[in-house]
Amino acid sequence: MREVAILGLGQTPVGEHWEISLRDLGAQAVVAALKDAGLEAAELLVVGNMLSGSLSHQENLGALIADYAGLRGIEALKVEAACASGAMAVRMAYLAVAGGLVDVAIACGVEKMTDGSGEETTTALAAAADDLFESDQGVSFVALNAMLMRRYMHEFGYRREDFAEFAVNAHRNAARNPNAMFRRPITHQAFAEAKMIATPISLLDSAGIGDGAAAVVLGPVDWARRQGGAIIRIAASASATDSVALHDRDDPLDLQAASRSAQRAYAQAGVGPQDIDLFELHDAFTIMSALSLEAAGFAPRGGGVRLALEGEISLQGRIPISTMGGLKARGHPVGATGVYQIVEAALQLRGQAGENQIPNCRLAMTQNIGGSGANVVTHILERLA
Amino acid sequence: MTIPSYWRTRKQRLSLQGEICPHCQRRLFPPRDICPYCNGPAKVAIPFSGRGRVYSFSLVHNAPAGFEPYAPYLVALIKLEEGPLVTAQLTDVSPDEVSIGMPVEMVTRKLREEGEEGLITYGYKFRPLLQAVEAS
Repeated sequence: MREVAILGLGQTPVGEHWEISLRDLGAQAVVAALKDAGLEAAELLVVGNMLSGSLSHQENLGALIADYAGLRGIEALKVEAACASGAMAVRMAYLAVAGGLVDVAIACGVEKMTDGSGEETTTALAAAADDLFESDQGVSFVALNAMLMRRYMHEFGYRREDFAEFAVNAHRNAARNPNAMFRRPITHQAFAEAKMIATPISLLDSAGIGDGAAAVVLGPVDWARRQGGAIIRIAASASATDSVALHDRDDPLDLQAASRSAQRAYAQAGVGPQDIDLFELHDAFTIMSALSLEAAGFAPRGGGVRLALEGEISLQGRIPISTMGGLKARGHPVGATGVYQIVEAALQLRGQAGENQIPNCRLAMTQNIGGSGANVVTHILERLA
Repeated sequence: MTIPSYWRTRKQRLSLQGEICPHCQRRLFPPRDICPYCNGPAKVAIPFSGRGRVYSFSLVHNAPAGFEPYAPYLVALIKLEEGPLVTAQLTDVSPDEVSIGMPVEMVTRKLREEGEEGLITYGYKFRPLLQAVEAS
């Protein structure tokens, strides 16, 4: 296996892009990433996306985005793993380069959420759950997470307000990220009073959904050495699965795919949670932040919320999360999110995270969760020089 | 939902029919061909009692398409007596009466109507367990 580096990064702001179509969003991120890498061509484009078929009536995204990015003729395809589609696209590009079959591969996550109405989007997102035995009962994707949150509060004795810091921290960091959707801080009081979507989950427990695209160019580490500047190596890329339906698990609060993919990633990189300088986790809902911190070994079972209450998730804390706003406040363009996480982690390692820069960081972890923990992709990035 | 899909799953939707794995004796709902616990083939059908307890629940305010007329409504994970969890709506109960651990039982109810000429979907919901009143 060859060592793989991230040669280039590209992202569009996350938001309501009424003037920009699905194909142009994707192409903009691809072109930006190639420019950042100082390259004009690639052999492979892997597009991560979940909802293009249901919201934009458009599939065949590999060919479409390759064409609109000026790459007509290259090999290209779309991969789908619900909300983990983005990181799965990066992993597929990584496998191609690591295996030596491709030198330069681009992974692009793209999602166009505003082409559908609110109900259409809610329905399309519910397709991440078990259609026959979850969604058909009228259970929205938010409601599945809400039942996890209520059970968590019941088992470990937390109040709803105890989850506030996850949202407050994300908004604080997003306020200083020019690409974030919600560039404003929120208060604990606003969290407490926020409108309910599916109890106990409110609007401010939930990631904002928006349009966006992000891309990374991957190549051999040797190429990165020739580029000059900081070399960002992919030290680990690992994914694992669990049942799609929550009800098919003995203990729904134990995100086994998240812990399995994290353990595989730690083993590949030869590190443990104590070595990680920042963690871009999948804060689609505040409860997912807590469960992800626990599954990745940063807190014991039931201790994820405690970590937030003790201030350990802030930029100055033991394990900074959502450092550019996270899904919560940078925004959650579903199939693009996993690539945003990797772009942001790489910016931190390059020292290009602006006001949110974590000093002297060397190891960054990202975790992208598809469905209610059904398909989870974990990456560890390392700054070499 | 499509008509073939509804028809195919009628035994689950209308009588909570699951399976017992002949190798490890685990009760499975919904049924599947391979037992997820021992990976052996599992094709022995059994009906579930329909009784269980609320494992967790949520009051849905923002409903998916097709369920808007019913919002807000209660959904729950039910821990069945036989072991499995099942995802379903709660009925015949107000939100402030529901608690984790509450005993419930399955009933057949309308889930939704798909427009003037569309399918009317029936299936399982769970209501608080009715207690027999002893004659005095």
